[in-house]
Amino acid sequence: MRLLIKNGTVVDPSQKLQAKKDLLIENGKIKKIAPPGSLDNQDDIQVIDAKNCIVAPGFIDMHTHLREPGEEHKETIHSGALAAARGGFTSIVCMANTQPPNDNPFITQFIKLKAQEQACVNVYPVGALSKGLKGEELAEIGLLKEAGCVAISDDGNPVMNSYVMRKALDYCKHFRLPIISHCEDSHLVGKGMINEGFRSTLLGLRGNPSASEEIMVARDIALAELTGSHVHIAHISTEAAVRLVRDAKKRKVSVSTEVTPHHLFLTDESVATYDTHFKMAPPLRTPKDIRALKEGLKENIIDALATDHAPHSVLEKNIEFEEAANGVMGLETALPVTLKLVEEKVLTLSQFIEKWTWAPAKILKLPKGTLKVGADADITIFDPTKKVKINKDTFQSKSKNTPFHGWTCKGHVHTTVVGGKIVYPFK
Amino acid sequence: MEAFHPRHILGMDDLSRQDIFKILALAKKFKSSQNTAPLLKGKTIVNLFFEPSTRTRSSFEIAAKRLSATILNITGPQSSTVKGETLIDTAKNIEAMNPDVIIIRHSSSGAPYVLSQTLKTPIINAGDGFHEHPTQALLDIFTIEEVKGKLSGLKVLIVGDIAHSRVARSNITGLKKMGAQVIVCGPPTLIPPAITRLGVEVSYDLKKCVQKADVIMMLRIQEERQDHIQFPSKKEYIQYFGLNSETLKLAKKDVIIMHPGPLNRGIEISSEVADGPYSVILNQVTNGVVVRMALLVWLMGEKRASTH
Repeated sequence: MRLLIKNGTVVDPSQKLQAKKDLLIENGKIKKIAPPGSLDNQDDIQVIDAKNCIVAPGFIDMHTHLREPGEEHKETIHSGALAAARGGFTSIVCMANTQPPNDNPFITQFIKLKAQEQACVNVYPVGALSKGLKGEELAEIGLLKEAGCVAISDDGNPVMNSYVMRKALDYCKHFRLPIISHCEDSHLVGKGMINEGFRSTLLGLRGNPSASEEIMVARDIALAELTGSHVHIAHISTEAAVRLVRDAKKRKVSVSTEVTPHHLFLTDESVATYDTHFKMAPPLRTPKDIRALKEGLKENIIDALATDHAPHSVLEKNIEFEEAANGVMGLETALPVTLKLVEEKVLTLSQFIEKWTWAPAKILKLPKGTLKVGADADITIFDPTKKVKINKDTFQSKSKNTPFHGWTCKGHVHTTVVGGKIVYPFK
Repeated sequence: MEAFHPRHILGMDDLSRQDIFKILALAKKFKSSQNTAPLLKGKTIVNLFFEPSTRTRSSFEIAAKRLSATILNITGPQSSTVKGETLIDTAKNIEAMNPDVIIIRHSSSGAPYVLSQTLKTPIINAGDGFHEHPTQALLDIFTIEEVKGKLSGLKVLIVGDIAHSRVARSNITGLKKMGAQVIVCGPPTLIPPAITRLGVEVSYDLKKCVQKADVIMMLRIQEERQDHIQFPSKKEYIQYFGLNSETLKLAKKDVIIMHPGPLNRGIEISSEVADGPYSVILNQVTNGVVVRMALLVWLMGEKRASTH
């Protein structure tokens, strides 16, 4: 099986490449990158015309919630993978807060097996940090790694007990697994559900102050320093959290962070209509925070982009705001929405691609995110100028809870290739 | 041409200053004439209460009955997730029986707003979470105007748990609209963030504020707020934010004391004050009926242009 991708602009930050090139794929690997036209006239080859398109390493979403096992009405490994392929993602990293949670190797094996049989993209499970995601006792981190987990996280819940967090960081050194931390002080959050400020006062909804995130970011940085282990801060959302990470990086603390499309492009003003599609944790913040997040991306304080794809059905969303589930979807909207960062000159095209590919691959030590000769042929081809109108009714995902319905953005996914196979457009 | 009336009354921002004047005038007419004309004969009103209420529910019920409307009381499940039927399903089922207006009380902020996006029947918000309670504000404004003869330029002091009070939010919006000044006073733990952006003054010193006020509105301290975290003890709350006859001595001679009820006697308000000469607390309840009559008639009784 051979594939030729021609007429496109190859942008691969892992080898600092940005040029018109043709790409030859053989046996699921990158075989050759060569000047345009030089690989023509080959027999028995499938050709993809990438005219006007960017040919990038396959996008990696390092923060996805697939709902299998346990909540298959929201998403399955199968449907989540289809959504990923449609969104231009070739690898997704799925969090442990399934039901039951992925806190033991049997669940990990189940996810791996299901993915092998039913997923059209690579699925990398994250193992729980603590048993039952309760933050009390460590999960069997070594066995989770052996079963295939690429990181450890209680995401969805903070690890409130600093002692437990410290021990997890220590313990993970032996297994060289990064810990992903959901930073919110749950005591301070209380029943808070939107950003604390004028908007929460007006709407009569309990506020969740920025400080709840910042306290935990500061703590985790301190613990990373204490233990010498790596902490990855999930879905950073506030100005002061960016400042804390900037300072930590300056001092060479081993810390990385990611930001989501919704925290970059939406504020708490969106909640004015009590629309639960704007309810998530951490909550949408303010224009000031957005400016800081973009600044953080620009300065590489924020290493990666990630969706925090959190599908929920109408059963969890079409109810009272206070009772609605936290979380919004991201896989099928992330590329066009975040491509705005290039238009706004926050990032260059190459930096943008790096934050979706090489950066998450490095953080999680995945053999992905590159188009170097010999690498797995995971490729995302997209047209950066073609407009797309986001329509939830076209989603492959089983859920529809997007805050971006109706948006028109540039950035059309042309083709998604996983291991040399075209997985999108669907056959 | 007559302006369109808003279809739903979800908060005080759904009413213009002119609308409020009209409703107050209508209420005054009902109060003075004891008019029981069957203005709403043939209309069906549903009291859909997802949260227990005695005062507001019976006030709407009496108002509707005085106008010869048919009114039905329905108690909805307190939350979608507890009972199985969602809020929207419950409301749609009620709507399917074609009422002319649905009055909604819910413990969750925004619940009536969410329903207004789906239902075509006019909704009156009878209190949602910490958000709004517009008919309470209307009856409070009516009561103040009745006693003081004006609203513009008055200083209204609202005391207590501002953060968790829908009465405070609706009154702030309504009173500001009518030209009154509003001071909110309570322990800093119960003052919501950025409240000054609503154009109110914030104070933590009751004794100081009492001296300036033309109207003092005491709010109920909810049982669940007495967790020793919002404030250390009932005793200390009473000491600093309870209104007693001693503190009242500092007030203007013509001050009036209000409370949306139910009272916590001896906590936010002492019995002498609640039952004393400055208190208009029972007038509020009486006026609640005529104000709600006026709102119902204004909303559906008058012939007017309609958008639907």
